[in-house]
This record gives sequence, C-alpha cells and structure tokens, in this order.
Amino acid sequence: MATQQEISEIRQHSGVGFVQTQLATLFEPPHSLKLAGGGELGPIQVAYETYGELTPAKDNAIFICHALTGDAHAAGYYEQDDEKAKPGWWDDLIGPGRALDTDKYFVICANVLGGCQGTTGPESKNPETDHSYRLDFPFITVGDIVEVHSALTKHLGIDQLLAVIGGSLGGMQVLDWAARFPDQVRGAICLATAAQLSAQGIAFNAVGRRAIKTDPEYKEGKYEKGAGPRYGLALARMIAHITYLSDQSIEMKFGRRLQDQDTFQYEMLPEVEFQVESYLHYQGKRFVERFDANSYLYLTKAMDYFDLASQYGSLTKALGKTDARFLIASYDSDWLFTTTQSKELVRALIECGKHVSFIELKSPFGHDSFLIEIEQLQKMITPFLEQAYQTRLAESAKKS
Amino acid sequence: MCAQHRYCMQDPSLEVTDKLLLEQIQPGSRVLDLGCGDGRLLARLRDERDASVLGIEIDITQHHASIARGVPVLQADLDEGLQDIPDGAFDYVVLSQTLQQVLHPKQLLEEMVRVAKQALVVVPNFGNWRIRLQVLKQGRAPVTEVLPYEWYNTPNLHLMSMHDFQDLMRLLGIEILQEIPIINHRAVEKAWLANLRAQHVLYILQRLEESSTKTESDNLLHSS
Repeated sequence: MATQQEISEIRQHSGVGFVQTQLATLFEPPHSLKLAGGGELGPIQVAYETYGELTPAKDNAIFICHALTGDAHAAGYYEQDDEKAKPGWWDDLIGPGRALDTDKYFVICANVLGGCQGTTGPESKNPETDHSYRLDFPFITVGDIVEVHSALTKHLGIDQLLAVIGGSLGGMQVLDWAARFPDQVRGAICLATAAQLSAQGIAFNAVGRRAIKTDPEYKEGKYEKGAGPRYGLALARMIAHITYLSDQSIEMKFGRRLQDQDTFQYEMLPEVEFQVESYLHYQGKRFVERFDANSYLYLTKAMDYFDLASQYGSLTKALGKTDARFLIASYDSDWLFTTTQSKELVRALIECGKHVSFIELKSPFGHDSFLIEIEQLQKMITPFLEQAYQTRLAESAKKS
Repeated sequence: MCAQHRYCMQDPSLEVTDKLLLEQIQPGSRVLDLGCGDGRLLARLRDERDASVLGIEIDITQHHASIARGVPVLQADLDEGLQDIPDGAFDYVVLSQTLQQVLHPKQLLEEMVRVAKQALVVVPNFGNWRIRLQVLKQGRAPVTEVLPYEWYNTPNLHLMSMHDFQDLMRLLGIEILQEIPIINHRAVEKAWLANLRAQHVLYILQRLEESSTKTESDNLLHSS
C-alpha cells in the first residue's frame, strides 16, 4: 500500500500534476453581460483552470467546453486531494504527450455560467441583495455561456483560439462559439453533440426538472445551502444517467444480477435489489453531494432552448461565417445525441464549403463514450490539432 | 494476395492515375474523392491546384492519415450511398480504382453525377488482351498485375470491359465527356484497339439534362 506521501509524489509527476482553480471577475458594471433572454448580469465570477504555457504569440490556446454537470477541473489533481480523489474529468486526454499536449498547447477549461462549481450561478450571492440568487438568477442560454467564456479568453490576452473542443452540451457551446465569434475559432471539435436537442432529450430533461420541483424540500428554489431537494435531484440524475448509457453497456456492466443475495426478496420496500438499481442510487447520491438543484434547472433549460438553425435562420447561415476547421464525431451507441444529428451538421458544413471531417466512432458506452473512449479521441484529435497548429504557424510565417 | 506461381506486384499505375487526375482538374475547384485512402491525391490537389477538397474513406487508420495531412475526410461506406452530400456541392468527384469494389456501382455513379458537375472514374479494363488470353488458355479466373487477386479473396466484385462501361452510361443517361485508356502505365488519348490494350481507363462523366436522360434510357429499353 502506497503512503499518502508516495501517492502525492506520483500525482505531482503524472499528466499535468497538481493544478489550481483560478477565479476571474468579468462584466463588472457598467459592462454587465446582456443576456439573450433579456436583462443584464454582472459582475460575473468565472472559475477556470489552465494547463501548459501560452506562447508569446498567443497562438496555442485550446478551450475545453464541459458538459452539463462538468466543471473547470479537467485535468490533474489538487494538492489537497485525498488518496481516493480522482483526477480531472478529462485527465487522460490532457498532459504532456497526450492529445491536448501541454508541452505544445495552452489548455483552458472553465465552469459554465449558471453552474455551481465556482462560476456565477443561482447559488452565488446576488451583490444587490446579499443573498443567493436562486430563482432570481436570470435565464441563461448556451450563447450567454459562450459570451462569458469568450470574455475569459480575452481576459487571458487571447484573441483567437487554436481550437474549441467539447462533447454533448460542451459540443453545443463549440458550435455556438463558431457561429457567434467566427473569427475567434480556428478549430472546432464537436463530440456527441447536435445543433439542437431532440424532443426526446427535452422530454428527459423535463422529467428531471419535474422530479426536482416536486420534491417538498425544493421550496420554490428557496432551500438553504446544504439542504434542498435531495431526492428530486438524485432522481433527476438517475433518469439522466440512463440516457447517457446504452442498452449494451448496462447489460455488460450489470445484466440482471442481484446486489446482495442470490434470490428475489419478494418485498416492495427495499429499493436496491438489482445491481443496476444500486448503481443508479449511488450515482444519484453522489450527484447530490456536488451539484445544486437550481443550477440543474437552469442548465437543462439552456440546453433545451439551444437551436442553432432557428437562431440564425439556418445551419448554413449559422456556420457559414467561420473559417474554422471542424472535426465532428458521433458514437454508434449514443441514442441521446445520434449520428444522424451529427450528420446534419456535416451536411450543412459541406453545403457552405467548410473544412469538415466526420467520423462515427464505435463504442458500447452510449452518450458517455466521449468521456470514456480516450484512445479513440487521442488518435483523431492529435493529428487534427497538429495540422491546425502547423497551418497557423505557416500562416504567421507568411505574414511576417 | 496473389498466387505464388503467378507474377504480380503493387499497382504502379497509382502514380500515373494521380497525375492524370490532377491534370483534369481546373485550379480552384471543389473536389470530392471517394475512397480517398490517406488523402494523398487530395493533398496534392489542395497544394498544386488550390482545390478545396473533401475525402470519403471507410477505413479508420486511413481516415486518421487524411486528417494528419490536413485533408478533411468523412468516414462513410460508399455502399450506403452519398446521402450526406448535397446536390451539386462539388465541381469534381473522383472515384479511382474503387467502382469495381462497391456493392452497387450503378447507384453510386448516379449519386456521383448528382453531387458534382463532373465525375472522374478510373476502372480496370476487363477487356484487356492479357485477361482474355488467360481465361482462354488456362480456363481459370484471371489473376494479373492489374487484378492481382484470386476469385475467392478479390475485393473486385464487378468487372467490366470498356464496352460494358459505355453500355451502362447509356442506360444511366450519363454522358462520357472523355475516355482516356491507360496502357502500360501511360495515358493514351487516342488508342488503337483500346478495349483490347488498356489496363485501366479514366472516364470523365457528366449527367445529361433531365429530358434527354429520359429519352436515352427509354430508347434503350425499347431497343432491348
């Protein structure tokens, strides 16, 4: 058994090693952020992490957009982590020699607006009232999220990103970024995503929100920090979690196996009889410990509203202005964000003559694949970024 | 790949074909390459012809190789058609040494003239005298330099002579703008006894207008 000291040593030297979350305060009044749904918000605090070094030419920055319940901690460990703590959520992809090679690139990941992991959201204190915003928090959209992240990159002195990359809701942000700030993005990597959430996706989000709102502890959103709709939020997560898996992955992982005994109990009250039940309960429980119910409501709603084609008139109008190179990947077992949806993007991009690569990756893990199948991503992203970077270097060499 | 007692080698025509294709493509065009492999041809078209390019490739390793050349590439199965490519999105669509390997060559050709103004197709010529001679002399399915496979492991599902190809074009209402036989690794614009001598042929195709398409195929139906 390794000692705490030894574990700490290993962590310091693996991947990006120890990291720290940083905070930036943006949109201080009178420069408040004008929100798509009306109203203004400011100041906005943004929690972010960076890995690697920004070149003097500031041409090697890659922005990672996290998914619905992700956070800024994409890689490495915190020094204060206990030995059971896991590294950042995309650690295998980020670090020296990995796809997002921190020897070459400057990688940024920030928590989203409306989130609850350090960036201003419903849980944050409203400077006007000195209380948490809760439901007084304004309505936010994927576009608002991107506005804040774009402002963060400006704050870091970066005018143009070598690439923006993300899966699921993160992929929606990548698309929005390319449409909203066509000159800021050189490469756009969209994984397991779509230009709009399917009706089925909206339906699952609606059930999740219903679970939260009907929990007696929800109290119209005015629950105290640490309290709140624990059961409703856990239920929302359990439902969502099923949509992230595939029939095959559930079957492989749990099958019909029972948790603690070999035979049925023939009792209604125990809720954890099958292994899959136990797993979902565990996921729900863990989620409640780290996520705010109001944030969940705001972010799922932002996801439901996202519709690139209707926002700009058509997908070709939305994506026609950027010269970014696109890399679009879907997963064959993902039924929440399907290959057909990715192909809609591809079709639009071809129609407006853009540089687009597409691949349908094979994986049994459903929508979650983009978090799991790192090797596949590595093989595809490494040459894509390399090319984007070489092209950029060649261009600046030509200019000077 | 090929039987030990018969001589065969890596197809040396690839270089010739690439060069030939490159010559046919106007600078600044939009080009789609079906079965683009590692993106070799497209990278050249981009660099030497200032073309805006896109490849389609099914093999994942080749797909990555294309990306590594900075060539945009879609992973897709040509047997499932080109439904993700909008009508008329390209000036040229290239299909080199692949038509004989797809399940539905007829449908693919129709799709090709739908997505591009011109289709450039390179196919092996089954009417070549060596093949004819081999079949005649040995009474076996032929194995040649150009078609170096045994009958049981060949990826070539559809073999055709120049006459066969011309017949299909008439049936589909596709106009053959140019027919360039490749004989002993050289493109020969006007070949004597082409169907007997050509190992490969490059066809430059374009769709006939709607009305004439109909009459053409009607005529063919009536005559047969």
